Amino acid sequence: MRRKSERVGVKMLAETKEINPKNRLKTSFPKIKTYLSKWGLLFVIVLAIIFPIIADNYWVDVAVYWGIYVILGLSLNIIVGEVGLFNMGHSAFFAIGAYTTAILSGKFALSLWLLIPISGFIAGVAGYLLAKPIIHLRGDYLLMVTIGLNEIVRITLLNNPLGLTGGPNGIIMLDQFKIFGYTIQRPIDFYYLVWIFVAITVIILIRLQNSRIGRCWNFVREDEIAAAAMGIDTHWAKLVAFTLGASIAGAAGTIFAAKIMVISPESFTFMESVILFCIVILGGMGSIPGVILGSAGMMVLPELLRNFAQYRMLFFGLALVFMMIFRPQGLWPSKRWITILREGEET
Amino acid sequence: MVLFIEQLVNGLTVGAVYSLVALGYTMVYGVMRMINFAHGDFFMIGSYLGFTLISSAFLGRTIPLWVALTIMVLFSMGGVGAIGIIVERAAYRPLRKTSRLTAVVSAIGVSIFLQNAVMLIWGPRYRAYPSWSVPDVTWQVGGIYINLMQVLILSISIGLMVALYFFVQRTTVGAAIRATAIDHDTARLMGIDVDQIIRLIFLIGPALGAAAGVLLGLYYRQIHFTVGWTYGLKAFTAAIMGGIGNIPGAMAGGLLLGILEMLGAGYISSAWKDVFVFFILILLLIFRPTGLLGERIAEKV
Repeated sequence: MRRKSERVGVKMLAETKEINPKNRLKTSFPKIKTYLSKWGLLFVIVLAIIFPIIADNYWVDVAVYWGIYVILGLSLNIIVGEVGLFNMGHSAFFAIGAYTTAILSGKFALSLWLLIPISGFIAGVAGYLLAKPIIHLRGDYLLMVTIGLNEIVRITLLNNPLGLTGGPNGIIMLDQFKIFGYTIQRPIDFYYLVWIFVAITVIILIRLQNSRIGRCWNFVREDEIAAAAMGIDTHWAKLVAFTLGASIAGAAGTIFAAKIMVISPESFTFMESVILFCIVILGGMGSIPGVILGSAGMMVLPELLRNFAQYRMLFFGLALVFMMIFRPQGLWPSKRWITILREGEET
Repeated sequence: MVLFIEQLVNGLTVGAVYSLVALGYTMVYGVMRMINFAHGDFFMIGSYLGFTLISSAFLGRTIPLWVALTIMVLFSMGGVGAIGIIVERAAYRPLRKTSRLTAVVSAIGVSIFLQNAVMLIWGPRYRAYPSWSVPDVTWQVGGIYINLMQVLILSISIGLMVALYFFVQRTTVGAAIRATAIDHDTARLMGIDVDQIIRLIFLIGPALGAAAGVLLGLYYRQIHFTVGWTYGLKAFTAAIMGGIGNIPGAMAGGLLLGILEMLGAGYISSAWKDVFVFFILILLLIFRPTGLLGERIAEKV
């Protein structure tokens, strides 16, 4: 079943030129419209705006962390979901972003707004340099190496090189985001800040999915050899995805640093990477609503079921196994994947 | 020079443990072409089972050391071997025909499950083997100190490895394992029950990991439910070093990695020793993914 669908998938992607352009937009390339109708989208936006006004601070805080994990999940989704590179060290880039923010804001008192692109850039450069030599490795080997990278970054932060990272105690952030003299401090301010960034990221990613590079990524994921034969520079496509994913995670690190105020290595353990990885797999590889749903499952569901909070990861492990056996495409699979499956069944 | 030899002895001790864990990776890879990401957790569960047994009333201080040690090692080998078989049946067998990445994700799920099950059963804090588990006997040989635990670790793990080597090379079942490693379908045509062989592999691999867990628990004394991944990654490095799928390679790779790690800790800095090991892993996968000993395809197990 799976192998068949993959084959059909390649055929479909290769044939897109012959399909009537109108149908093409509807079937193969997801727009916001394909996820939600116009009114549905409006309803979700209104609900999102009203929510922090009526909810108490605790739940607004939960939503803030959810939003941060959505951004992180989306950034990892580019690497794992779109291109199929198994990266289980993503919290390393998140950590690089957060530490860059904390160090630069502490030493040079740079504005946090400026630090978002700077952290993103530095995490992106780190992602590029770290990924360049290892990107050609096969799935499971790449997974092992990225775990190693994650540990290397975490131990480096812990060992306090050049007295920059503050060792196990970490760094305390003093600065906050400011708009025209107004300081973003309350949960509700952070809520709007984070979810505006989520919206921007989602729009960028939908545009990317529809672009040439987005289709290249999916092609590489489905069949790397065929993609190379079609003239796609697979090495380059993978590297772009890795760098982009790392830099978005780095930018999310800035927001996280401002929110959590104390940046220490224990926020960026290997377990965080595992959680991010699971968010992408559970939601459905390459699916934007899947990531939002998956991170809700990780961040919001345990808060709803507080009595069972300590069993969260236990069920999570089980869920991963069952998902792989019964529903390997994820909770909310990407549209492109659905089209492929349906066509696979018809033929 | 004394430092060098002392670190060499420490490295051999730790390396023997890595070898035992690496054997599990290499055997599963040889037969199923799959990296068992949950293997480090089998190791971790092994050390918890040993801990439970030695701190229980049953194995108090009254029983002589060698009896207690034998019971502990055998008990946790058996327990973890059983868990290994269950895991294979529940999480890996349904996915044997699908792509290798679904099996990888399933293995990660198993690993998360096992870690959290251990956390719920034994608690999230560090546990420590009682200090009287192994008497603190130290000999001085030519200016170098060697303690009883190091001798025990080396002799038990080398004994297990020699036994495994002869089992795989000299017995009929061993021949069946080697045949399965080369080609499942042909092995089936020769009348080998491939499912049975895979089950056997998932009994032996985790059991060896469990023995390693008990030994390392006795050596470092502190155990924690998250150590599985760190040691798993190190043992995986050892397996890659010897060429994954190659049994003698995994043994040699483990010893070599242990020595390199301890020399790094002695001459560079012990705070950076894990970084050192992971760096070796990355370099190996970039430059020599078939291992330092080279891949011997016909002998792959």
